[in-house]
Amino acid sequence: MQLNCPLVNQVLQGFIRDELGKAGFHRVVVGLSGGIDSAVSCFLAARALGPENVLAVMMPYRTSSPESLSDASAVVKTLGVKSEIVEITSIVDGYFEAQSPANSLRRGNAMARARMIVLFDKSMEFDALVLGTSNKTELLLGYGTLFGDMASSINPIGDLYKADIFKLARYLHVPQSILDKKPTADLWAGQSDEDELGFTYAEVDELLHELIDRRVSRRELLEKGFKKDFVQLVVNRIRGSQFKRRGPVVCKLSPRSVSHDFHYLRDWGM
Amino acid sequence: MTGKFTVALAQVSPKLGLLRENLQLHLDTIRRAKSEGADLVVFPELSLTGYILQDLVPDVAIDPLNAPSLPPLLQECRDIACVFGFVEVSDRYNYYNAAAYVSEGRIQHVHRKLYLPTYGMFDEMRFFAMGEKLRTVRTPFGPLGLLICEDLWHPSTLYLHVQDGARVVVTLSSSPGRGVRTSEGFQTSQGWETLLKALSQFYTVYNLYANRAGIEDGAYFPGGSMVVGPVGEVIARSQTSGEDLVLAELDLDEIRRARLFTPVLRDERLDLTLRELTRIVRQRSQS
Repeated sequence: MQLNCPLVNQVLQGFIRDELGKAGFHRVVVGLSGGIDSAVSCFLAARALGPENVLAVMMPYRTSSPESLSDASAVVKTLGVKSEIVEITSIVDGYFEAQSPANSLRRGNAMARARMIVLFDKSMEFDALVLGTSNKTELLLGYGTLFGDMASSINPIGDLYKADIFKLARYLHVPQSILDKKPTADLWAGQSDEDELGFTYAEVDELLHELIDRRVSRRELLEKGFKKDFVQLVVNRIRGSQFKRRGPVVCKLSPRSVSHDFHYLRDWGM
Repeated sequence: MTGKFTVALAQVSPKLGLLRENLQLHLDTIRRAKSEGADLVVFPELSLTGYILQDLVPDVAIDPLNAPSLPPLLQECRDIACVFGFVEVSDRYNYYNAAAYVSEGRIQHVHRKLYLPTYGMFDEMRFFAMGEKLRTVRTPFGPLGLLICEDLWHPSTLYLHVQDGARVVVTLSSSPGRGVRTSEGFQTSQGWETLLKALSQFYTVYNLYANRAGIEDGAYFPGGSMVVGPVGEVIARSQTSGEDLVLAELDLDEIRRARLFTPVLRDERLDLTLRELTRIVRQRSQS
């Protein structure tokens, strides 16, 4: 699965400039986690808009790994973008103090949504739009928090699989420490995407490329050597997370209803 | 006019649904094309309106014979020919994805898109009616054929134009780039180039291809407008991103020469094609 990095780089920079400019903006805010996805989004934005027009916000929680912050700082230093650190510990802990004991999933979701609140607030302060950092693999698997890390105004990397993100990151010269580490949501100590998902990105990206991009049938997938259980698991995940990829369901009452038959692009009149 | 003339491909990025702004873009571009010596300037598909119009279609539609917004554009075309894309509303209130050929300050011909892509990211048949006719238009450059984007992917359209005498065929396009896994640019752009080269060579005609630039809701239009000559050679090509104006000199004698070396058009057997097509149509209707 090769990727034409120079082309993708050129197109995505054009995408950021154009979609932003049409909406009357020239700046973005991006949440920088220390991981590869947000690093790539930040690199693309800095190259497209100039580093002075990018605000990278680092939002550690008390259990976040120190490497996350140091890797994010390396991106800031390399690019010369503006940056801020906003701790989310008091937001999250302040809420849960008055609640019944919450499991790690609830706490993780709250962290992702606390970060969303910070980013959208900072976007008002900085006169900017929030830049997305969700890749195609996690969008398809629903491996993200609805209205949390999945929330953004424009997302330059949403049609790139995790494997593509690695290729583009190398092309963009993202710091080596970020390229080398294991992908993690870093919502609790020692968390690893691949352990949690139960398969590797390399495996699932190959399957998703066949299944989604090439519309290869189940029969052909088995012939290509994909395990039946694995295919079923991934298909179930995609189907089960469709709600995360669509807006809220509106009940149709009138002849013309928002989300049913009110067909206009966001770029309407731009 | 002699057999030589200059064409300009206007690879513009219209604003979605903003007729007035896009009209100004046309006026500015036509003036520039004239100052650079063009005899014919070609705009992309739906250049007056933007492409992914959806429910905006009726709001931006015009009756070309009675459109208050058009006269400035037509007046600008008293000393240059121009092809542009627009939404046409008919007297039956049908909406067409259409292209106009303008010269001597008048619309001489309108082509209504015949093949409306309605698959994948495309949804044209939901919003537009299908054109029913394919006619060439008489111009100082000889008989000229108009096609719109998907029309060219049905090579029967070009076949008919050429059999009808077209020496120059103009394809207006708003084709978003798709496929970034090869080293040669968008996969779709390569498809267009292959098609244009092959068809130019098969039919020994000039193919002018004007694709738009810009982005609509993340659909990226990679331009790549080009002029391909009658032996399949790319004579001029635009940038593969952003707005551009590319000029090329065409020479109808090149067509005469191409047809001497490869007289496939002379040898074409319309009666055979028609006979077999009639049979196939009859058999399909019976099966």
